[in-house]
Amino acid sequence: MAAKVPATDQAADRAAAVLNGQVSLRVALAGQPNVGKSTLFNLLTGLSQHVGNWPGKTVEQKTGTCHYNGTTLHLVDLPGTYSLTANSPEELIARDYLIKERPDVVVAVVNAAALERNLYLVAELLPLVGRLVVGLNMVDVAAGEGVKVEPQVLAAALGVPVVPMAAARNQGVRELVDMVDRLARGEVPYRPNLPEIRPDHRGVLDEIHALVADYVPAPYPAGWVALKLLEGDAEITEIMRGCLPAGRWEQVHAILKAHEDAVLAVASGRYDWVGRMIRAAVTRPRAGQITLTGRLDRWATHPVWGLGILAAVLGLAFWLTFSLGTPLQKLLDLYLVRALARTAAGWLAGAPPWLEGLVVEGVLGGAGTVLTFLPILAIFFAVLALLEDVGYMARAAYVMDRFMHLVGLHGRSFLPLFLGFGCNVPAVMGARIIDSPRARLLTILLAPLVPCAGRMAVIAFLAPLFFGQKATLVAWGLVAVNLVALAVVGVLLNRWVLKGERAAFIMELPLYHRPNARTIGLQVWHNSLEFLKKAGTLILVMSVVVWALAALPHGEIESSYLATVGRALAPVGALMGLDWRMLVALLTSFVAKENSVATLGVLFSTGDQTAGLATALAGALTPAAALAFLVVQMLFVPCAATVAAIRQETQSWGWTAFSVGLLLLLSLVGGVAAYQIFH
Amino acid sequence: MTLELTTTNHTVRLSTVPGGESVWVQTLQGGHHFLSRLASLGFTPGAQLRVVQNYGHGPLIVALRDTQVALGRGEASKILVRRAAGGSDGG
Repeated sequence: MAAKVPATDQAADRAAAVLNGQVSLRVALAGQPNVGKSTLFNLLTGLSQHVGNWPGKTVEQKTGTCHYNGTTLHLVDLPGTYSLTANSPEELIARDYLIKERPDVVVAVVNAAALERNLYLVAELLPLVGRLVVGLNMVDVAAGEGVKVEPQVLAAALGVPVVPMAAARNQGVRELVDMVDRLARGEVPYRPNLPEIRPDHRGVLDEIHALVADYVPAPYPAGWVALKLLEGDAEITEIMRGCLPAGRWEQVHAILKAHEDAVLAVASGRYDWVGRMIRAAVTRPRAGQITLTGRLDRWATHPVWGLGILAAVLGLAFWLTFSLGTPLQKLLDLYLVRALARTAAGWLAGAPPWLEGLVVEGVLGGAGTVLTFLPILAIFFAVLALLEDVGYMARAAYVMDRFMHLVGLHGRSFLPLFLGFGCNVPAVMGARIIDSPRARLLTILLAPLVPCAGRMAVIAFLAPLFFGQKATLVAWGLVAVNLVALAVVGVLLNRWVLKGERAAFIMELPLYHRPNARTIGLQVWHNSLEFLKKAGTLILVMSVVVWALAALPHGEIESSYLATVGRALAPVGALMGLDWRMLVALLTSFVAKENSVATLGVLFSTGDQTAGLATALAGALTPAAALAFLVVQMLFVPCAATVAAIRQETQSWGWTAFSVGLLLLLSLVGGVAAYQIFH
Repeated sequence: MTLELTTTNHTVRLSTVPGGESVWVQTLQGGHHFLSRLASLGFTPGAQLRVVQNYGHGPLIVALRDTQVALGRGEASKILVRRAAGGSDGG
């Protein structure tokens, strides 16, 4: 392979600029998943970090700064990727950044306990970047598994600096930053030992290189482009097809066609290189020695015991959420939202009634109520982050994979969906842990079909009013209807709507390790902040709009625009045996599912008293109509907070509208079917 | 154990290899995207791997290149592996 370190002169120029007083470095963190890269990034940047999305992508982008000895490091956390081939959006983002933005130093974070596979990414990075430091992380975890790595031996073999670290224990991090600084200043020798292709493919690589070299667009290195063509990289193939004259492209294409399996030879070449690098540097435990992870996995991945452990873990998570989160939510509601509402009502006593209504009922009653769910959400976020950080998430995905296949999903989708039983918002946001974009979208679209605690509260209140003794049976039936709908919709979407091949289930099972409080804390902090931002913007707007529709023009819901809409929909309601008041109750549940009970209370004008409402409702609804109402309530459009989360996670109003439309249709079909069957 | 496919005496699909046995990757079948993903994880011809868990249904766990990887049964059946002469060597 003719790969050279590209733009070495450029890097040297930058180093000189640093010495001339420009002490500002752009540093990229690269690494595979499960190497502790986020922990290191959090340690370096703390609360200075900014979390957003990569331009035009739904992949999270984290940037931040770090100061050391008068040098300012501007850090970018690249997405965790196993390689730099165009296999996923993450890989494209990572390599585009390295090629186009040319950071001064790249830190390759590697897991000392899985060095062989981790150095594969280093083999891909070295020909692409100016200067690279290897952060040999998790040396403590490796030692626990009986793996010993000699950093100096590894550094000598690679020809680049290697810094041993245990970021989760804050060990070696200072040394790493110091090495980055010194490397940028040119104080450390840098003679990388570059990987080469297997000898049987060297000829064909040279041939392609000669054909394309004059046509490779800046800033791509020609040698690298030739290699990626041989690997069959989709993006680079597309670019070069556009850049090469037609005749020359035919030549290149013919060669590539004759070497379609070259991807295996290129990967083998890199692994041969990795093998040479680690031969002297790594001592592995005796074969057959059972490690901690092996012992735990005998239970955690067992087809029977694994399910039991998963059930226990989830039971604990829900117990924690509701024994800690629910009381906190009630306190927030009482001492924050209601207290604020009282204060506001006092201040606005002399103001026009619509203003008081807007502030007290629209803003505080809508977005304010949604805000009180923050403690519950924060606990869910913490549970997700903890299970992921400790390494258990992959095991949960493994034992659930068989079952998730039934709805066209993989095991990774199970946990986010399951959290939906608490609240659909963390379910939608939790779908981020799914690596395939297609499976992520499907999970987001299915999440609102999981009956959340809000809907269950409505059922718990209304089912006894309607069905007395049979309430429990009805409630379980309703949950079953939702889950069956989820499975059917999953199969249908998979088949007819979502394009592209279903991603293969290939997932690393990382070693178990001690969780890092800072990593979990920052994750909870960022997710909570995002939710607060949504509550202050999109959710606020939606709740004010629903309030205005319910209050205008005369300040009474009975004569409001919303009631007009409800009456206009009466023909649809008639198919389900529901009058306009029931439809209005459903429409108000858009702000928060619990609202439908309050609306029914107002519309059947008995105040909020259970006994009165029960009699009034029983008079207005036949049992079949009551059942239809509950079915619709369970399947109805997601609440405002969930819609906001779907918009954010899909980055698409189109898919958000699709989700709302799908559930609207589904709930109406369900309601009509329930009424017509039991009528 | 039934062999679904026999190219040489000891080449079988990874999905049929029992837990505890060590085998060598012979070749991969499937689309380019699939090959590329597996190759970057270390499933390259000649690589040694050990089947950690295979209950005959559901996904498998294999250990290769310092890592444990969970593989769907369908994915595992596209990986052809060479067994040691005489079958199981106990890994």
